[in-house]
Amino acid sequence: MTFTKLTSMTRLLCLVTTPALVVGQIGLEPTDILKPLAEQWTTYNGDYSARRYSSLKQINQSNVRNLSLAWVTRFTAGTGPTGNIPAPTGRGAPAPYPVVVGGLGTGEFNNGGSPRLGGGILMVNGVLYMSAPDNAWAIDARDGTILWQYYWKTRGGTHTGNRGMGMWHDNLYLEVHDDYLICLDARTGREKWKKEISSFEQQYFSSFSPLVIGNHLLVGTGNDMDSPGFLQSFDPETGNRQWITYTVPMNAGDKGVETWASLDAARHGGAQAWLPGAYDPETHLYVFGTGNPTPAYTTGRGDGDNLFTCSLVAVNVDTGKMAWYYQTSPHDTHDWDSTEAPVFVDAPFGGRMRKLVLTAQRNGYFFVLDRITGEHLVTGKMGLVNNWALGLDDQGRPRRNPAKDATIAGSIVNADITNFPAPAFSPDTGLFYAPENNTLHITYLMDPDPRGSMGLGGVSGGGALSYGSYIDAIDYKTGKIVWRHEISGTTGLLATAGNLLFSGDGQNLVAYEPATGKPLWHSRIGTAGNAPETYLLDGRQYILATGGDQLFAFVLNQ
Amino acid sequence: MTMPMLICYAAVGLLLELSSFAQAPAPAKPAAAGRSRTLNTTFPQQTRKLASPDVLARGKGLYSVNCSACHGSDLRGGDQGGPNLLRSLTALSDQHGELISPIIHGARQDKGMPAFHLSDADSTAVAEYIHSVLALVGPQARPPGKTGITDKDILIGNVSAGQNYFQTNCASCHSVTGDLKDVAARYKDPRALQNAWVAGGTVMGRGNAPAVAGRGKPSTVTVTFTNGEKLEGTLIRKDDFIVTLLLADGDRRSVSLESSDPPKVEIHDPLDAHCQLARNLSNDDMHNVTAYLAAIQ
Repeated sequence: MTFTKLTSMTRLLCLVTTPALVVGQIGLEPTDILKPLAEQWTTYNGDYSARRYSSLKQINQSNVRNLSLAWVTRFTAGTGPTGNIPAPTGRGAPAPYPVVVGGLGTGEFNNGGSPRLGGGILMVNGVLYMSAPDNAWAIDARDGTILWQYYWKTRGGTHTGNRGMGMWHDNLYLEVHDDYLICLDARTGREKWKKEISSFEQQYFSSFSPLVIGNHLLVGTGNDMDSPGFLQSFDPETGNRQWITYTVPMNAGDKGVETWASLDAARHGGAQAWLPGAYDPETHLYVFGTGNPTPAYTTGRGDGDNLFTCSLVAVNVDTGKMAWYYQTSPHDTHDWDSTEAPVFVDAPFGGRMRKLVLTAQRNGYFFVLDRITGEHLVTGKMGLVNNWALGLDDQGRPRRNPAKDATIAGSIVNADITNFPAPAFSPDTGLFYAPENNTLHITYLMDPDPRGSMGLGGVSGGGALSYGSYIDAIDYKTGKIVWRHEISGTTGLLATAGNLLFSGDGQNLVAYEPATGKPLWHSRIGTAGNAPETYLLDGRQYILATGGDQLFAFVLNQ
Repeated sequence: MTMPMLICYAAVGLLLELSSFAQAPAPAKPAAAGRSRTLNTTFPQQTRKLASPDVLARGKGLYSVNCSACHGSDLRGGDQGGPNLLRSLTALSDQHGELISPIIHGARQDKGMPAFHLSDADSTAVAEYIHSVLALVGPQARPPGKTGITDKDILIGNVSAGQNYFQTNCASCHSVTGDLKDVAARYKDPRALQNAWVAGGTVMGRGNAPAVAGRGKPSTVTVTFTNGEKLEGTLIRKDDFIVTLLLADGDRRSVSLESSDPPKVEIHDPLDAHCQLARNLSNDDMHNVTAYLAAIQ
């Protein structure tokens, strides 16, 4: 593997001479991540369960009406050779902060301006760590002061949203779209090391939120160029690779190769792992979702299931060895990744406590499995116009309706019903909460080449009609939707022990009653990038949410 | 992997960026190999400096003589079973023939790739030609070259069946001698025509109402207060807490919905009829109506 010469030395551009010192302890012990979600927010999903259920209850149904703004901070993405980040201005403006410049590009591809804030935001020892494509920040969680900004001059790559950072002791880990994993010093934002994690030449692009599990750093990547998907584990200290697990068969005789037209088709079959999964410390199983098969929509993959695309996959975190898989969209023809969060819940099922994994996938189906064995337990259906499938097969998997596949003359079918914005589960209500989007559109086969198409270029949607967006509350025991609340735009969700459910409705940050979906409080902060978060600092509970290019923190002012 | 587009209302014309496909995989011009500030297209294959026109011309000739039978004249695989080079990880990773030349010279004979006795300069020229074609691959691996799809492939419906469907389901609001008089001329591309009529496209106003350029017709809203007073206008936005509307006289009004006795809000989406129709629209009916509308002169 060769890549562009590493000429561009990382350099520190200090706008001020004072270093960004933070009072007190910095580092995050890996064992801290084992704690249930409460004071801190230590991973993309808050903790390993991905429930996004916080045990904090200072803010609760009786006082949520008093929730008010603690601080708001606006962020600017870097552009050009030095970042061109404007210093804070105006009366009472905070002090300028250091900008650390890295990257192998020139800065000409960095757009600057408003960053896309849509990842998980860490809160560790009073400091928030937030990322956007090619940018990262440390922020004082008490008052929103920016402590440092890291700016990466990109060489390009498909710039999806950046999903957030991982943390191990004083190290932060950021992926960038031209395929480096960067280890930053959490105290200063300076690079400790960086490592190429996938081939930019082969058109991988990396936006995953790295996940620390003990002495493993799990790293995913993405690709739309018919390249194989994989998950890797690195040593968090050195960046040396510990293992790599491909999500498609790579060799003759590999499990699943018979579900492809050929080994060559399998090796170009996609199944990218681009969102973090969940982890069970007792069994050491890490469960994650895989993306769509390539070429998407169309010819060239054979008629089989195309393993292990659009699947939940469980691997042993120490070895990367697959323990089980469950395919949620066999032989996907709609470009519906199954990368939505797998949510770990220990709850009664069939008369006994079971270790479950719950997930609502982009194909509009909700699944409950045994997370130790992968045994299928429940499939539920979401959506008002979910018409792509013909019921379920004997394993509870949706049976695709071939008549809804993209055709040259066009096929009218539902669009994806949920997507990356994070779901939540409340053990208090026993309900799983997920965003639901309802759209019919027309898909066209644009590349009927009998040799097989490529990538996603084979189709283009049009003629879209919206049937509204909702928050769904789903009973995990039955898969039935208990309530559905209409909103004008979906985002991720947060449930708390204060008997509250927080989400964005397209315009507002809203606190809902988890049992009913009734709005209890709101603030018009703009369109949220992903799920709200919460943390406890100095005895005060904060609710954190992005609105556009701003980060808002709310507290009880009594 | 596509990211969600939070489409809310009728979205027409997302497609047909493909109609500008290059004719054939001629080498890209060295100076303008898709160089763009658009992040989404800036993979190395699209931004790299290409070899000189002389080298590319020689590489193209050598490719066509030695390679195209197996790998296809468009590099996407040929009759004799060679793999698609446009998605070959080796071809993508190669810089200037250092990975491709050894294979041309016989490194993969065990896998069925014969050895070709080309000079190093010639095998490098072949590699450079391959890169010049890879530079034409679009976003998300959209292959270069024509798709071979013509309007006839889209207009597969039955015109008279489409007319019947139109009379039954569409004629209460639309007329092919009225608002749809020149619809086929306005949407020359049949896919755009189909998208537009299904989703209530941009120029299809209902009744005598003028179409709003660039977007579908907005919803209207009626707010009825408990004392019987009414406000009617164009909907600007509504959430659980506020409804905002534009009144006929141009005044903008926002009304709280949070009181203990909130007003009643009724939204009338002009696309309701289309949404109802589309729920049960079969692909055959859709194609028939498209063929019918396309045939209107």
